Amino acid sequence: MFSRAYRTAITVPPLVWVAVFLLVPYLLMFCYSFWSVSESGAIAHSWNLDNYHELLTKPVYWQTLLRSMWIAARVMFFSMLLGYPLAYFLSFHAGGRKDLYYQLVIIPLWVSYLVRAYAWKTILGTDGVLNTLLQYVHLTSHPLDSLLYSPFAVVLTLTHIYTPFTFLPIYAALEHIPRNLVEASHDLGATPAQTFWRVIFPLSIPGVLAGATFAFVLSLGDFLAPLLLGGPSGIMISNIVVSLFGAAYNWPLGAAISLCMLALVLALIFFSERLEKKWSFS
Amino acid sequence: MATTTEPGIASKNQPGSASLLSIRSVAKHFGKNIVLRDISLEIAEGEFLTILGESGSGKTTLLRILAGFEHPTSGEVWMQGERLDTEPPYRRRVNTVFQHYALFPHMTVEQNVGYGLAIAKRPAAEIESRVAEALAKVKMSACAKSKPSKISGGQQQRIALARALVNRPRLLLLDEPLSALDANLRRQMQVELKALQREVGITFIFVTHDQDEAMVMSDRIALLRAGELEQVASPREIYNRPATSYTAQFIGHTNLLRAEVRQGTATCGALKWPTSLPNGAALFSLRPECIRPATVASATGSPGNAVRFRAKLRDQAFHGATELLRVESDGGLILTIRTASRDLPNSEAPLQFEFSAADAIPVRATNSSSNSSSGFHSGSQSEDGV
Repeated sequence: MFSRAYRTAITVPPLVWVAVFLLVPYLLMFCYSFWSVSESGAIAHSWNLDNYHELLTKPVYWQTLLRSMWIAARVMFFSMLLGYPLAYFLSFHAGGRKDLYYQLVIIPLWVSYLVRAYAWKTILGTDGVLNTLLQYVHLTSHPLDSLLYSPFAVVLTLTHIYTPFTFLPIYAALEHIPRNLVEASHDLGATPAQTFWRVIFPLSIPGVLAGATFAFVLSLGDFLAPLLLGGPSGIMISNIVVSLFGAAYNWPLGAAISLCMLALVLALIFFSERLEKKWSFS
Repeated sequence: MATTTEPGIASKNQPGSASLLSIRSVAKHFGKNIVLRDISLEIAEGEFLTILGESGSGKTTLLRILAGFEHPTSGEVWMQGERLDTEPPYRRRVNTVFQHYALFPHMTVEQNVGYGLAIAKRPAAEIESRVAEALAKVKMSACAKSKPSKISGGQQQRIALARALVNRPRLLLLDEPLSALDANLRRQMQVELKALQREVGITFIFVTHDQDEAMVMSDRIALLRAGELEQVASPREIYNRPATSYTAQFIGHTNLLRAEVRQGTATCGALKWPTSLPNGAALFSLRPECIRPATVASATGSPGNAVRFRAKLRDQAFHGATELLRVESDGGLILTIRTASRDLPNSEAPLQFEFSAADAIPVRATNSSSNSSSGFHSGSQSEDGV
């Protein structure tokens, strides 16, 4: 249909882009993860599995990874808890205001991630909005300093940031459900609650899986929220990677951790897509 | 305005035992848009009633009110002495076969059919046997374990029917269920559906825009026009005794004759025939098949009140068993005639035609904003000649 030159012209640039900025860096990372740092601090190009061994044996790494997963799991849970009802309300009960509400959900995405993370800092800080309010209404006599610099602050901030990401695929899935299926269910005697659990929810599962995967994967790799709001107890695995590539100048170990995370995330996405396919009927 | 042959709502008492459903002065407005106005209709137990109308006539809205998906703006619906329109759809013993079937895609055929029974918490063994029975009734037992996306449109249609019937509703609503099927399958399903309705004895309310379908299947037809009932009658009666010019044109084809009545004689161009109408202008419907070439009629001995006229053949369309002729009578009146197929003398000479005066049915004029087009098939001198 299209000329060979045309096809080449449109396919080669993206392929080159992907190769230069994705495949090559990953390949380098892969190589680095099997190298080591010599006594003098230079990268020694000797192939070994020491980095992976260190990763598995030193508790700080796998414990931080587990904590990161636990934080990501909570973010996933809470953003589903917020995102699903919101998407359901918009799709089924917002009537003529649907588009307005949809925009209201989307607009915060235009605001820089950094600004939103900082906003939580001013809200949760010792002299922050929340503490001032709590003291003002005499719920507490002195500011609570456990709000900021804790896993709680990280989960809260990430949930705020990633809820629209869970909302979107769920909303899309709900909008896809033919409304006559809902009517058919009512017609066959099912109450609105029965209809939700037997028809609407099962048909929205692909969206739920996509949304949950977004929230988990994006949170797992996050390093800004823990950096700004996490404190020592809220450190996540990406912060360790950042410091290994930066201050510690241990690129091989950093690369090994990155590749482990990459494998984890790819596995998750793979299974999530398999499940989504299983639950999609259109 | 509505011309119904049913008794109106004479008393506030519950309708008699024969009446299953009573629609009382139902109106529906969507904002300023009036979709239904003052619909009153009694539907008998075990009846096959078709709501016939063009798109936009309000027929689907009326069905949705009966199913419970819409609330009437005013008026009431009663079923066997109980108020129906205030109940949510899931508390009505009414089931619907949806236009696009609305089968649940994540369930098997079996699960779809068993859905209503599972919701009603029937025992598993009962669900199993009733589902099997319903599937057998629509000849779909072989597909029990399939997903709806794996079966054809006609098969989905049958499943939708089984899914509704398995609940043994008092009333089954069918919203243009055959409109997505091809012509042959459609005709086959019409026959099957009618037979099935007789077998199960459930009252069917069938919505369609297809007048042939309505004629073939119904015990009664309720013709809806622009949100009002134009006429409610059996297919034979509505065809043979149309009450309005709209009915006459919508159900089958007709010649509309605008006549002047003087002392028991109606005159339309060169045509004159006896009538019992009072003096003044009147509109008559004369079906194309009621006019015949005079030679045939005279051979069989025509009745005394035969109206004869001379006309020139203008056009001839062969339809297999019958043939449609368009003729122009003396005085320029164009008439459509349906005769048995045969060769007519292909000459310019005028031919003799005749019709029985009793076949010229007086009809009320309908203001003709939405009249069907009067091409070769339908009217001759329609009301636009005012």
